[in-house]
Amino acid sequence: MAKEHPILETRDLTIRFGGHVAVDHVSCAFERGTLTAIVGPNGAGKTTYFNLISGQLSATSGAVLLNGETITRLSVPERTDRGIGRAFQLTNLFPTLSVRENVRLVAQAKARKGFDLFTVAESHVELLERADHVLSEVRLIDQADQTVSVLPHGDQRKLEVALLIALGPQVLMFDEPTAGMSVDEVPVILELIQKLKSDMDRTILLVEHKMDVIRTLADRIIVLHNGALVADGEPSEVIALPIVQEAYLGKAPASSGEVA
Amino acid sequence: MLTRLLSGDTPRSGLLTALLLIVLISLAFAPFLFPGTKSLETAARICIFIVLVASYDLLLGYAGIVSFAHTMFFGIGAYGTALALSTTGPNYGSLIWGTAAGAGVAALFALAIGLFSLRVKAIFFAMVTLAVASAFAVLVSQMSWLTGGEDGLNYKIPRELTPAFKLIKAKVFDVSINGKILAYYLVFFAAAILFLVMLRIVNSPFGRTLKAVRDNAFRAEAIGYRVVWYRTTATVLSAVMAALAGSLLAIWLRYTGPATTLSMEIMIDILLMVVIGGMGTLYGAVLGATLFILAQTYLQNLMGVAAEATSAVPVFSTLVAPERWLLWLGVLFILSIYFFPTGIVGRLRAGRA
Ligand SMILES: Nc1ncnc2c1ncn2[C@@H]1O[C@H](COP(=O)(O)OP(=O)(O)OP(=O)(O)O)[C@@H](O)[C@H]1O
Ligand SMILES: [Mg+2]
Repeated sequence: MAKEHPILETRDLTIRFGGHVAVDHVSCAFERGTLTAIVGPNGAGKTTYFNLISGQLSATSGAVLLNGETITRLSVPERTDRGIGRAFQLTNLFPTLSVRENVRLVAQAKARKGFDLFTVAESHVELLERADHVLSEVRLIDQADQTVSVLPHGDQRKLEVALLIALGPQVLMFDEPTAGMSVDEVPVILELIQKLKSDMDRTILLVEHKMDVIRTLADRIIVLHNGALVADGEPSEVIALPIVQEAYLGKAPASSGEVA
Repeated sequence: MLTRLLSGDTPRSGLLTALLLIVLISLAFAPFLFPGTKSLETAARICIFIVLVASYDLLLGYAGIVSFAHTMFFGIGAYGTALALSTTGPNYGSLIWGTAAGAGVAALFALAIGLFSLRVKAIFFAMVTLAVASAFAVLVSQMSWLTGGEDGLNYKIPRELTPAFKLIKAKVFDVSINGKILAYYLVFFAAAILFLVMLRIVNSPFGRTLKAVRDNAFRAEAIGYRVVWYRTTATVLSAVMAALAGSLLAIWLRYTGPATTLSMEIMIDILLMVVIGGMGTLYGAVLGATLFILAQTYLQNLMGVAAEATSAVPVFSTLVAPERWLLWLGVLFILSIYFFPTGIVGRLRAGRA
């Protein structure tokens, strides 16, 4: 039998905006059932890296592979169908629809019922149940009937996560999921992410600035800096690296030296 | 049962329910409630425009797509039926194949325009529909050997649908049941069925997806919906419905010409009716079309009466002179859009405590 492929891999993935290289030859493989934290200063290219993986941007060069298959040229919904899911750094919801409808639409997409023209949407009880189940998990069930645009920012962030959880893909990418949430809500979301990894054996990529969060959740940290992958390893190792200390914690490097 | 017929999409406002019932009952019994040729013409026009406006709302209100080709699809349906009736004779066979051909051609056109231009920016789609619709109107007026040009086509329809045909000798409520009344009921029931079909479509998983695409196409793609296909399908469905409305008009008028189907004026009327009624509600199409056509038909008369009654008051009577009816119609629109930005239906539903 052939060697088992990593679930997700990027090879020399690069994108240029004019003269600016936002993601610079990033090669990295992600194993099934792991949680990798992606860190780096503002503008390092973390969100852009996600956009290249989930297809919102097309790479200038390099490749994205899912289960060993190249998906670099596929469209966003095609990648979603194959199991790549994404939550956004800037909340990105269906604003005039209700909270429940937002999640129901995801369940409906997953069940591939979008082209069902002649049944009443509300009659698909299983989709509504699925939506309510996810809303209970993220503790939004009491707001289920509200219109998204009037929801407080923190709740919109929770809904953003809820949409990805409802989609339940093989690879989940969270882009600063807890930013803008109140302190008592953060643990709920982190616990959910933890559960996705351990119970569901999903692969998770997490962009996060909070070091304590990363320490508790991540199996591995990769560091992006000016679009390039500058460090990769165990959380404790990577956090100790001078470049991370400097960029992240605002500390002067303990010693000067190159990092791999 | 009724809720199922309405696909679970009830009016959700007492006043709205009442208004819709008034329209429904008035249209259902129009030949008896409002006898006379002019009022029957108006009632049939309202039925046809409810379908036409609802089909436009499917596109504009639900899918968020601006199209200027809606009258083109309306015209394709009308010319399909008209050409069939004039070439293969005034029988039901012609009526059916003409209507089906019109709907089919409309679907193909919509598919082509959709696939060609819905991939790119929304404004591009609007421009393409404007260009195609203008070109189509020119083509129809040039190809007079086929379409009758600017004069249009006069043709016969099956005899059972004409005034010459008497269904029963006796009169019902003093109205003789002739073919014209049968034709009216053909229009009425066809319009009712088409409206209910559209109500089902907008409340189906597909209709819900359209709203999602309208709200945030970027996210819709990210959760797996192929936005272009949804937009294209909505365009095709809307075009087919518009074509069927056109066929009804062709049957009703026994005449089809550019002025009754293809004109830009009708396109603007449709837009106004959707906005006045309330975008994205479908029931808005019913109220928008009804009010607009009533105003269009009777405002002039009403103003004539007002001008005469106030002939002693110098400035006022000139202001309400019947020639100025269009001005007043314009004023009414501006006021209604100003006071009801979400349309009549939006306003009524929001008013509910
Ligand atoms: N579509 C685009 N066109 C031009 N430049 C872009 C585009 N998207 C991102 N960039 C640039 O690429 C760089 C990386 O941006 P990116 O959003 O990926 O950073 P980030 O690591 O996610 O930062 P943050 O922590 O602030 O979210 C920035 O300099 C940004 O201005
Ligand atoms: Mg970012």
